[in-house]
Amino acid sequence: MIAKGAEANLYRSEWFGRNVIFKERVRKNYRLPVLDLQLRQQRTAMESKLLSAAKKYGVSTPTIYEIDMKKTTIIMEYIEGDRVKELLNYELNEDKKVICRKIGESLGRLHKNGIIHGDPTTSNFIYAHGKVFFVDFGLGVFSDSLEDASVDLHLLKRALESTHFKIAEECFSEIFTGYAQIVGSERAKEIFNNVEKIRLRGRYTLRGDT
Amino acid sequence: MFQGDWIKLTFICLGLEGTAHTFGVGIVTSEGDILANEISTYVPETGGIHPREAAQHHSCVASEVLQSALLKARISSGDLDIIAFSQGPGLGPCLRTTAVVARALSTLFDIPLVGVNHCVAHIEIGRLLTGAKDPITLYVSGGNTIVSAFADKRYRVFGETIDIPIGNALDMFGREAGLQHPGGPKVEVLARSGRKLVELPYIVKGMDLSFSGLVTAAIRKLKEEKEQLEDVCFSLQEYAFSMLVEVTERAIAHTQKKELLLTGGVAQNKRLQEMLQEVANEQEAAFYTVPKEVAGDNGAKIAWTGILLYKYGKTIPVEKSLVDPKWRLDAVEIPWLME
Repeated sequence: MIAKGAEANLYRSEWFGRNVIFKERVRKNYRLPVLDLQLRQQRTAMESKLLSAAKKYGVSTPTIYEIDMKKTTIIMEYIEGDRVKELLNYELNEDKKVICRKIGESLGRLHKNGIIHGDPTTSNFIYAHGKVFFVDFGLGVFSDSLEDASVDLHLLKRALESTHFKIAEECFSEIFTGYAQIVGSERAKEIFNNVEKIRLRGRYTLRGDT
Repeated sequence: MFQGDWIKLTFICLGLEGTAHTFGVGIVTSEGDILANEISTYVPETGGIHPREAAQHHSCVASEVLQSALLKARISSGDLDIIAFSQGPGLGPCLRTTAVVARALSTLFDIPLVGVNHCVAHIEIGRLLTGAKDPITLYVSGGNTIVSAFADKRYRVFGETIDIPIGNALDMFGREAGLQHPGGPKVEVLARSGRKLVELPYIVKGMDLSFSGLVTAAIRKLKEEKEQLEDVCFSLQEYAFSMLVEVTERAIAHTQKKELLLTGGVAQNKRLQEMLQEVANEQEAAFYTVPKEVAGDNGAKIAWTGILLYKYGKTIPVEKSLVDPKWRLDAVEIPWLME
């Protein structure tokens, strides 16, 4: 086992001579069994669809080899690389800014083609061979709506603020630059304004003096 | 600072809570002893909390609650060293009314004033009374839904609602179902006789949650599709709490913290407690629930947090004591905790 997430366990293994990740969505005892199975199956199916759809639009994702809906498992390509979560741990340099812009570009490509990632945190981006791979689409959906795209960006911003608080602002500005290049500055502006609105919807305003 | 009594080792703080429907006065010592914790809650005859009416309630009961707290603590106003009040977040009219009481006491008796963030106070009273040191906190109430953990000087927000808080969601559903405010506890009781899981939307967006669509769907199931009230209550709880617990579990897995603290008005819900206990076992974390008396809104938590702030010199002059209805948890520096 290489990772025990809250939702799934990840195992590294070999599958017909290939290096693979075996992702198993595990049963959650706190949920009612019927709701639990329904969620695991929905997410397994949705993740598989989104992973391959993303590829079609030029976003790097692991290739899927096998899906088992009964056991809610996916066998997919193992990506040899570094999690962006660890890469962004220190000060931001030129190389890291490039990674941020690439994240923005890929997210832009997804949104432009009606794919919402659903959980865009830096743990779900892997930097390998000069490319950023997007993984873990389990909470994603197909949607063209402004609101869904905005929530995706809002979540990314929030993830940066809670995990990479020292460089969050700079990172987000690089990401947004990359994003705007793909979706176009007008759409980007529209989404950016909506992200601000979402922040204000919850208790997202900072005190004037802090 | 110590009213001329500089060798005094224990000091006493009076905390005023008034962010929403509860007006509370708590008196707590710097040792963490709660000497008094009196509350008076505004109950609307129909509908939910009307901010102005709640504020009027607070101003009507303020002196009575204040006196009964002093009486219970067996102290007089002269024994007080600090006046703390809930400066935000909350309903503007309620916050302002409470702030007026705090400023008056501070000015009249010449006692330093401390402005407390209501969300920080929920966490601090929980840490004081449960012994949790550095927990992931799930704070669930009528006004807030926040998953937080301490990192780099602040309680960072890992997950929160992007529309309405969970307590508000349960109350809203309760109102539509003809239950009296607050509906949450009544939904819990009815849910126990529910058997059938009615399909509802499950909405987790990354680490954030959305409850408004869930409530709308639940109301529709009840009114248009004529599902049994008990079944809808049961399903509403199962969906909403599964969402909350999922995000909480991910925060534990992400931060690797070994404690889980449940606080806020909704913390009393047995089904929610049961689900969190399950997750805590799974993640090998200790699970703590804030005791009933201080889980909801109350003055003691404000008083205790006031003491912590006072120790770090965080007093404020009256002219800088403006309330802030949208004061975020992660905007507050927490000097008493280290990495």
